[in-house]
Amino acid sequence: MSLSAAEVNKIAWLARLAIDGDKAEAYARDLSQILGFVEQLGSVDTSQVPPMAHPLDEAQRLRPDTATEADQRSLFQAHAPLVEAGLYLVPKVIE
Amino acid sequence: MHHKTIAELATGLERKEFSSLELTRACLERITRLDTRLNCFVTVTEETALAQAQAADERIARGAASALTGVPIAQKDIFCTKGVRTSCGSRMLDNFISPYDASVVERFNAAGAVMLGKLNMDEFAMGSSNETSFYGPVKNPWNTSTVPGGSSGGSAASIAARLTPGATGTDTGGSIRQPAAFCGITGIKPTYGRVSRWGMIAFASSLDQAGPMARTAEDCAIMLQAMAGFDERDSTCVDRPVPDYRAALGNSLEGLRIGLPTEFFGEGLDPAIASLIQDAVDEYKRLGATVKEISLPNMHLSAPAYYVVAPAECSSNLARFDGVRFGHRCENPADLADLYTRSRGEGFGAEVKRRILIGTYALSAGYYDAYYLKAQKIRRLISEDFRRAFEEVDVIMGPTAPSVAFEFGAKSADPIAMYLSDIYTIAVNLAGLPGMSVPVGFSNGLPVGMQIIGSYFSEDRLLNVAHRYQQATDWHTRAPAGIAD
Repeated sequence: MSLSAAEVNKIAWLARLAIDGDKAEAYARDLSQILGFVEQLGSVDTSQVPPMAHPLDEAQRLRPDTATEADQRSLFQAHAPLVEAGLYLVPKVIE
Repeated sequence: MHHKTIAELATGLERKEFSSLELTRACLERITRLDTRLNCFVTVTEETALAQAQAADERIARGAASALTGVPIAQKDIFCTKGVRTSCGSRMLDNFISPYDASVVERFNAAGAVMLGKLNMDEFAMGSSNETSFYGPVKNPWNTSTVPGGSSGGSAASIAARLTPGATGTDTGGSIRQPAAFCGITGIKPTYGRVSRWGMIAFASSLDQAGPMARTAEDCAIMLQAMAGFDERDSTCVDRPVPDYRAALGNSLEGLRIGLPTEFFGEGLDPAIASLIQDAVDEYKRLGATVKEISLPNMHLSAPAYYVVAPAECSSNLARFDGVRFGHRCENPADLADLYTRSRGEGFGAEVKRRILIGTYALSAGYYDAYYLKAQKIRRLISEDFRRAFEEVDVIMGPTAPSVAFEFGAKSADPIAMYLSDIYTIAVNLAGLPGMSVPVGFSNGLPVGMQIIGSYFSEDRLLNVAHRYQQATDWHTRAPAGIAD
């Protein structure tokens, strides 16, 4: 398995992650190496093996559908880079 | 005072031989004097530590002390601490003051422990050498040109240097056990679900587990007692009674069945380490244990499976860092996409980016079955290997790491070489089992750790097995010269 710099840039876009243009080749090399390492998994027949989602095969607990959290908006927004009137501000998305 | 264990400190506090304030001041003084050489602490919380110490002294005077009241500890900087920077070793969270305490932190506070500060770590716990930290690497107190291990490197090094008697760690693929081995201390990764993950910044949610690190198994028992237990805020935390870990420490090891997996002693293991593990196993024979060779045939698949599962879950968990709600935000974003990509690009370091990219690729359309699903199936095979082994033996022993602490830079250019330094610890996380590391000797002046693996929820047994060894040997009492004399 070998990834090109162009493929790395595509994956980086999917991850919304900026990587420096001159680093794409280096990432492509590292990622290809890691994917090559992981390829060993393909050597084992697992057609009859159920995947393991939880080490103890425990199911997720359910709880009554009632509100348990108090409103802490101002506390949490105190850590935000940019807020106004209780809203998080981002660059304009609609012209 | 700095050579005393948590158990000894608790006794001294109870008998009023010294106050928590005196003890805390002594620790803070050592941190101020020595940590410039080691870089263990990202943040020292002197003011709150002294306030907590004073409150602890009052609690002790009232006769309401627990085993940890007034005892100083430090928190890995992955645990959210209210009002205190929680950086996770990343530029992304360099400015993040947590608005709440993690469950683990709440529990230490309730026990009356004193928090000295927040400990350095690999960025988002992704690394095996502490070299990925935004705050620069922690140095190994045994030899400052070598790494302390990772990701809980600050925790392990600060304990070895006697800056703190105990610290928290987290272990996703070996991050408690491998640094414990490299720094010559004791650490335990509990069963998945034993300790709440609430408020512990997520890396790979199906593998992450918090645990204690200290100089002795007895101290780990005292700390784990405070940490373990059900928490409804963590949906994977297991609702099951917590045994009295300290009560089990003295149990006899007569008849203990030890399994040595062939796969742990093959190619790639430093022969000096193999020989020290054998010495430790011989000590166990003298303590009444029987030893048997076993096999974990799918062991070789654990690192490849891990490097699908962990990055996949990491890419998903780290999607929350978007430059909008908290953490780093880039200057003058041109549009929303630029805000996301540049904030993340600037906030994350190279190893975190590598893992986000691998994980995103493994989870992208058309690849899920070939990577993540396949790895989850392999994970079942690995845990089946352990299940079969535990039908025949009580504990499994082997090396914690294939080498002693390596030099800075030795593996940083080769991700696979770095990943393989966790080759013996990763399978335990994939299976969700408890595992610990105890010091069993030295090679070239650097500590060697032995890993002890148990069946689910056998932390009491592991601590007992480690404690009896520490009663019979003194490796765990050795301190690095020039730093912790």
